[in-house]
Amino acid sequence: MTDTAVLLPDQGQTRKTGRWLYAASVTLLCAWVIVPLYFLLINTLSSPETVNSFPKSFVPEFDLGSLTFFAGFQGMLTALKNSIVVAFLTMVMSILIGAPAGYALSRFEFRGKEAFRLLILLTRAFPLPLLALPLAVMFIRTGLDDTAFGLALVHTTLAIPFAVLITFSLFSGIPVELEEAAWTLGCTRLTAFTKVVLPLILPGITASAIFAFVISWNEVFAAAVLTIENRTLTAFLLQTLGEAPLHLKFAGGFILVVPALIFIFAVRKYLFAMWGIANR
Amino acid sequence: MAEIQIRNVAKRFGSYQALHDINLTIADQEFMVLLGASGCGKSTLLRIIAGLETQTTGEVWIGGRRIDHLPPKDRGIAMVFQNYAVFPHLTVFENIGFGLRMQKLRNDEVTRRVTRTAELMHIEQLLTRYSGELSGGQRQRVAVARALAMEPDVILMDEPLSNLDALLRLEMRAELKGVLAESNTTAIYVTHDQVEAMSLADRISVMHQGRIVQAASPVEVYRDPAERFVAGFIGNPPMNFLPASNHGNGRWAVADQVFAGPDVSAAALEFAIRPEDLRPADDGLEARVRLVEPLGAHLLLTCDVAGTMFRAILDSDMTVRAGDQLKLAAMPDRIRWFDPDTSLSVPTAA
Ligand SMILES: Nc1ncnc2c1ncn2[C@@H]1O[C@H](COP(=O)(O)OP(=O)(O)OP(=O)(O)O)[C@@H](O)[C@H]1O
Ligand SMILES: [Mg+2]
Repeated sequence: MTDTAVLLPDQGQTRKTGRWLYAASVTLLCAWVIVPLYFLLINTLSSPETVNSFPKSFVPEFDLGSLTFFAGFQGMLTALKNSIVVAFLTMVMSILIGAPAGYALSRFEFRGKEAFRLLILLTRAFPLPLLALPLAVMFIRTGLDDTAFGLALVHTTLAIPFAVLITFSLFSGIPVELEEAAWTLGCTRLTAFTKVVLPLILPGITASAIFAFVISWNEVFAAAVLTIENRTLTAFLLQTLGEAPLHLKFAGGFILVVPALIFIFAVRKYLFAMWGIANR
Repeated sequence: MAEIQIRNVAKRFGSYQALHDINLTIADQEFMVLLGASGCGKSTLLRIIAGLETQTTGEVWIGGRRIDHLPPKDRGIAMVFQNYAVFPHLTVFENIGFGLRMQKLRNDEVTRRVTRTAELMHIEQLLTRYSGELSGGQRQRVAVARALAMEPDVILMDEPLSNLDALLRLEMRAELKGVLAESNTTAIYVTHDQVEAMSLADRISVMHQGRIVQAASPVEVYRDPAERFVAGFIGNPPMNFLPASNHGNGRWAVADQVFAGPDVSAAALEFAIRPEDLRPADDGLEARVRLVEPLGAHLLLTCDVAGTMFRAILDSDMTVRAGDQLKLAAMPDRIRWFDPDTSLSVPTAA
């Protein structure tokens, strides 16, 4: 009894310090991400004069000048359309290829399975600039250069490792017995998949599809090298904003960041699940 | 007619031989229990019959039809899994009706059969729930109902009760027995619980290291174990063993006693007797009592006979204490003999 009485204030002290530290690190981490985004927002919504002046204001002026400029900018809408088309193709292809691979990895035993898994990750080890030149040459030979499909192919290779790993963990989370039960109840492998597995993993598949979309949306290097006329938004902005004034650079960055942020926010639950933080 | 024949079935996993040359015939409408210790290959055999695993060699026949090349759905079987495998995205109703929908039955027929099996398993009030809203016992009932609704020729169950608590297990066991007796299906039931096996089975197949060592009625498995392994596995506590040496003319020296036994020329056999087939007597095996455990109606004695551990179950009106010296007489018609080389039973009459 006396023991607890003596210990209590001490424990309370430790806990308080712990909580304070915890709050501080959370704040710091949030600031790390949010402050740049906030500045991006302020500068986008500021008039050119404010952007270039010091000291900076912390409240936006709601000057839509830069944004309206972009909306009317030559080629802007085409680039936006290209971005969407490429990202959409990437999304579809990476799921069509990645999901079966994830399924095979989680359900079948085959030779070299571990090596295959490693290899999938290793595809991310090659820096894109290293591949870009040979790719460009090959694309020109096959006529794939400067097409949405060609660029989507490259983006798909970037997105596939994630698609495979996410779907692998999704499929592994579904007990094999569910499928086996379906087989004994009159399903073929295919109908068991469509009637039992698919409904259970559909939300997760959607998440990994959106993730592929974001990867393609944000990718700039391959887009810049492999397209000339049919530029995606990232490549287009990179090209046109190189010499543009600061306030337009901010606005361009803003236009790029926002859709990606919205997507990531929409699928955050599944990203957590994928990292094993929370299982649903 | 759904007689099951398993012919020379063997299964290897890589270099590991999980099943050795299994031969077994299960009669139409028989309740067969596969009993054995963990890892002996019970599930593997069941899954081969179901078509969830492919045998390395051998054939499986059901109702006079060879089915081992068919996918599970074409074998006329239904299966109940140890972890229930109730589909989480469907209601209880749709779970039970899943197989019927796959058969493209009319809606009213599905409803009729689902309602009937649900009533049979006493889950008619749960039909609109999802599996996440069910207790383990209720999920178990859904799994059984789902299998029964198929009206299969053969129902296969892999330790269906092992995840339930003891009381529920007892209740479900009795219920399963009743329901399956009604349904005219042939049943194969896997368990490692011998009490469950005894109470459910028409016949028990005792498995050991990938082989079936005995397939017989529960009483026969208990009274006349075909192998020393069965004698040491079945019964709680299992049989007692003592070495016996040939005393000539079918008489065998066991500890300090001589018993009548098989008239064979072997130099040594093993004498075996169940603990409950021993009586305290004026003349019998010299036993030093090590431990006395009262079990209510009986006393379980752990003794030392000729340096070997020996258990006896005696009436609880005896007064025995640890350290006592006792003489135990074995009921002559309950004594069994095993060949120590082959571990097979050696019949007395032969
Ligand atoms: N897919 C597999 N790959 C390799 N070995 C396996 C595989 N499945 C089963 N085995 C092995 O085969 C043996 C028999 O397994 P099985 O599952 O049939 O045992 P069991 O009698 O059902 O045991 P339990 O009572 O624990 O369920 C075990 O030693 C197991 O390790
Ligand atoms: Mg098993």
